[in-house]
Amino acid sequence: MTMRRLVFYGALLALSLAAPFLFPAFKTQLATLWLMIIVALSWDMTGGQMGYNSLGNIFFYGTGMYVAAVITIAIAHDVGEYTAASGGGIYTWTWGQYFAGLVIGTLGAGFFCAVCAAVIGWITFGLRGPYFAIGTLGVAIAAGELVSNWDWVGGGQGITMPNYPGDFERFKLLIYYLFAALGITLFVFVSWLYSTRFGAAINAIRDDEEKAEAMGIHTLRYKMVTWAMAAVFVGAAGAVSAFQLIHFEPLETAYQTINLGIFMVVCVLLGGKGTLWGPVIGAVMFHAFKEVTWSYFLGWQWIALGALIVVVVVYFQDGLMGYLRQRRPDWFGMRVDAGETP
Amino acid sequence: MDQILFNIGLLFQFPLVNLKIVIDGLMIGAIFALAAYGLALVWGVMNVKNLAQGDFVIAGGYTSWFLVRTGWLQGLGLSDNAAALIGVPVAIAVMAGIGWICYRLVITRVVERDLFTSLLATFGLAIMMAQIMNLLFGSDTQSLKLEYDTLYFADGLIDVPIAKLIGVCMAAGLAVAVILFMKNSRMGQAIRATSQDSRAARVLGIDTERVYAFTFSLNAAICGAAGAIIVMVWVIQPFYGITYSIRAFVIVTAAGLGNLPGVIAAGLGIGAAEQYGSHVFGIGYQQAIAVLLLLLVLVWKLARQRRQRRVLE
Amino acid sequence: MNVRNALLSAASAVALGSSASAMECGTITLGSAISLTGKYATNGVHAQNGYEFAVSKINESGGITVGDKCHHFEVVYYDDESKGDRGATLAERLINQDGVQYMLGPYSSGLTKAIAPVTEKYRIPMVEAEGASRSLFNKGYRYLFAVLSTSEQYLASAITLAAEKAKATGKDPSEVTIAIAVENDPFSLDIRAGVLEHAGEHGMRVVLDEKLPRDLSDLTAILTKVKLVRPDVLVISGHSKGAATAVRQIGEQRISVPMIAMTHCEAADVTGNFGEFAENILCSTQWAETLTYEDPIFGSAANYNAEFKAAYPEYAEKPVPYQAAQASAAVYVFKDAFERAGSLDREAVRDAIAETDLASFYGQIRFSEAGNNIAKPMVLRQIQNGRYNVVAPSAFASHDLIWPRP
Repeated sequence: MTMRRLVFYGALLALSLAAPFLFPAFKTQLATLWLMIIVALSWDMTGGQMGYNSLGNIFFYGTGMYVAAVITIAIAHDVGEYTAASGGGIYTWTWGQYFAGLVIGTLGAGFFCAVCAAVIGWITFGLRGPYFAIGTLGVAIAAGELVSNWDWVGGGQGITMPNYPGDFERFKLLIYYLFAALGITLFVFVSWLYSTRFGAAINAIRDDEEKAEAMGIHTLRYKMVTWAMAAVFVGAAGAVSAFQLIHFEPLETAYQTINLGIFMVVCVLLGGKGTLWGPVIGAVMFHAFKEVTWSYFLGWQWIALGALIVVVVVYFQDGLMGYLRQRRPDWFGMRVDAGETP
Repeated sequence: MDQILFNIGLLFQFPLVNLKIVIDGLMIGAIFALAAYGLALVWGVMNVKNLAQGDFVIAGGYTSWFLVRTGWLQGLGLSDNAAALIGVPVAIAVMAGIGWICYRLVITRVVERDLFTSLLATFGLAIMMAQIMNLLFGSDTQSLKLEYDTLYFADGLIDVPIAKLIGVCMAAGLAVAVILFMKNSRMGQAIRATSQDSRAARVLGIDTERVYAFTFSLNAAICGAAGAIIVMVWVIQPFYGITYSIRAFVIVTAAGLGNLPGVIAAGLGIGAAEQYGSHVFGIGYQQAIAVLLLLLVLVWKLARQRRQRRVLE
Repeated sequence: MNVRNALLSAASAVALGSSASAMECGTITLGSAISLTGKYATNGVHAQNGYEFAVSKINESGGITVGDKCHHFEVVYYDDESKGDRGATLAERLINQDGVQYMLGPYSSGLTKAIAPVTEKYRIPMVEAEGASRSLFNKGYRYLFAVLSTSEQYLASAITLAAEKAKATGKDPSEVTIAIAVENDPFSLDIRAGVLEHAGEHGMRVVLDEKLPRDLSDLTAILTKVKLVRPDVLVISGHSKGAATAVRQIGEQRISVPMIAMTHCEAADVTGNFGEFAENILCSTQWAETLTYEDPIFGSAANYNAEFKAAYPEYAEKPVPYQAAQASAAVYVFKDAFERAGSLDREAVRDAIAETDLASFYGQIRFSEAGNNIAKPMVLRQIQNGRYNVVAPSAFASHDLIWPRP
């Protein structure tokens, strides 16, 4: 069993490392797939495992993008001057400056988002049920609107990041591996986390918060820490996206509340909420569906997507993993009836 | 900062402007209140948080717009104005039908499920509706320009287009009609009973399924009316639904469920607050102001709740 | 849409068959991510129609002769949903998966900004027709070419007109006050920059400077302020929805500003929708059907106008927006460049595009080092009795400016 599992994980790892060489024309889509996996997995940390359905995780994505952009620009230039320029000077980055921006920007984005999560969480985790979802959604929308009016970071113009100084195909490989590394780290991290006492504690919060509190779990602290951990990864993913996209603007790309912000939730539901593999499988299914409809059903893609969401949410609430768990409990190490399992 | 101070200065330099801002705010607020009113109904009665609320509004607007543009009614000898006014009841009827279909296909399966189900299912519905309208009517902004005059007061500073006035009166009339209906009719009573305790209502022989279907259609119809009024006065576009959805959520959250007069008051208040906000800070902050108001309300409620809990302890 | 395209291509096939050219033609595939949904969808569709019209027109008239072989154009479209990140992804997909070697631009400066880094990195020549912001042309892009004039020129001539009128009435131009309301996006912000630059030259004072939100449906708050501060010039830019909302509410609120200048009047069809409310408003345009430009494929500007209306009946009742005309011009630039390059080699075609000096129905097209068209002026039209009449620059003016607005 463990041997089989080892082979399985090894093969999967090898596949993810080799993917950009197997499908060289699809590097960007594959990178985006990792992005979906990252945001879905980190959404499930609070949404699935802790029972707090945030609609505002996109806030960390957008904030991560802006933090990375500001850091990268500030390394070489004056930010206000750079964003205000609409003509004239051409701005350049050296290799050293670019990579310093990439590293510091990504780490800085993760750190800053964790702080944001702790602060926002301290306020919003008092909200229960729908109000938590609406409140976090509100934070994300308000942040987008405010940033789009903030001239220092470019306002509605958005920000243009430096171009990668080298070959473009290399650059896409770099982006792919950054996303993949982030995704694999996150997966390993959560699979460890869910097996610890900490995991049990946040599950207890999901199942019955009052009881958890009564048992001596400091719930607010657990909630803040969990959300902050999720925010680190979403923020870092946002930072890498900023480098990948080169140009981005606040409302449609960075704080894209009604797109990625909701898609990550749909991914999790599609795969199965509160499971380890659910978000990953859901992200893969969702991304594949989206890419196919976007290429072949031009004009109808949103209708197809809306229909998918409705069908999934209404009929397959437990997602694929939930369905499998019901049909093949033995795969999950559950024994329904010892006598009949083969 | 100078701009903000300058804008505040204007308010004192021309005191009448305050009146103008309040009037404009109340007019748009009346429309917000209608959409929020429907949301309060479905949220309160069947615990469905309808994110497609704004898209129902826009769909109602397109219904009326389509009716006027095809010119069927004008063919019968009616003027554009009359056709637009007839557009309101037509939008009510059509949207009631669409609401019923949505209920049968989707909503019936999410009633009384957890919050996320209804939020996401109606989100799916919302993006479908927006795109269908985009395919049907194109993505241009549309509006009906009616042959009504505009009333001017105070040297032309305050302008009240009669179309706006009619729209607001219709909104008010509709709100009163719905309140009376909920109070006095059998169906209204059944709806209220179901919202208080659906199981008990069922035991007492109320067909809650019918009540739900009716409530949802009623909500869609109210939204449709709001849309038909909007298209006479402001503009619509297939992707504008989200603004009305956000406002509806802000208002209902602020007013609380089951407090219909509160919803109307909050709607009018938010309309006025937004107009003041966009006068002082600039129109670019309109959406941000609405959302920040929502957050303030949530935090304020939370603080009050905590205080109460402490008192209990 | 698809039905019409099918009909068009069927029509062109018939035309080809009858014109006795039975020889086999190759295909040159162009790619474009264009906004069919989202906030730019109105103009995205105008642009797509412009592309399609030009493609069928060029194919009908014998296609593109490269060397001695004839080729036909074909365009692969994706919907970028008016979102930059989507546009960039789709550009990559066009290049990588669909093997597109030549790109047509998306709609709007913001989208072009998002896509240009991708085409640049792949060395794919992109001729774009809808991205006018100057911030596109200071990045040193080699493969980006724009057939249109940059956006700071859109309404700058209105400021010059205002200065002239002030002088004519014995005032100093520095007494002129300006109110600006532009959408918060790269295109409109660059228009604002152009207006500010020109206002600065004349020492004019900007009394109101606001940014419009993307879900704009109500300008009341700004117009009320306009009533209070009484500027001499009101500048509005917010793509089609901004123009529609502004014209309607300016009429309803009886805003009496001596000069009102805006963009996208034709695209929003303000004369058809709002009648007398639109009177005497100044509209900037890249192209007008009354101008005397000509070329062998599309004929005169007026002829383009007539044939475009015949091909797309939905424009019958309204002016053909310049967004469509310039999209057609972009396709024409490609045809011209392919024929001059005499090969399908990408670098050769790129160099040929860079050397373009083309007289087209859309105006003269010649690119600067940075890639923008420097040979064609912007024109300012005024809506007079429901018609768009050119009033500036004076070389093209067919009518006198009505000033002040009554």
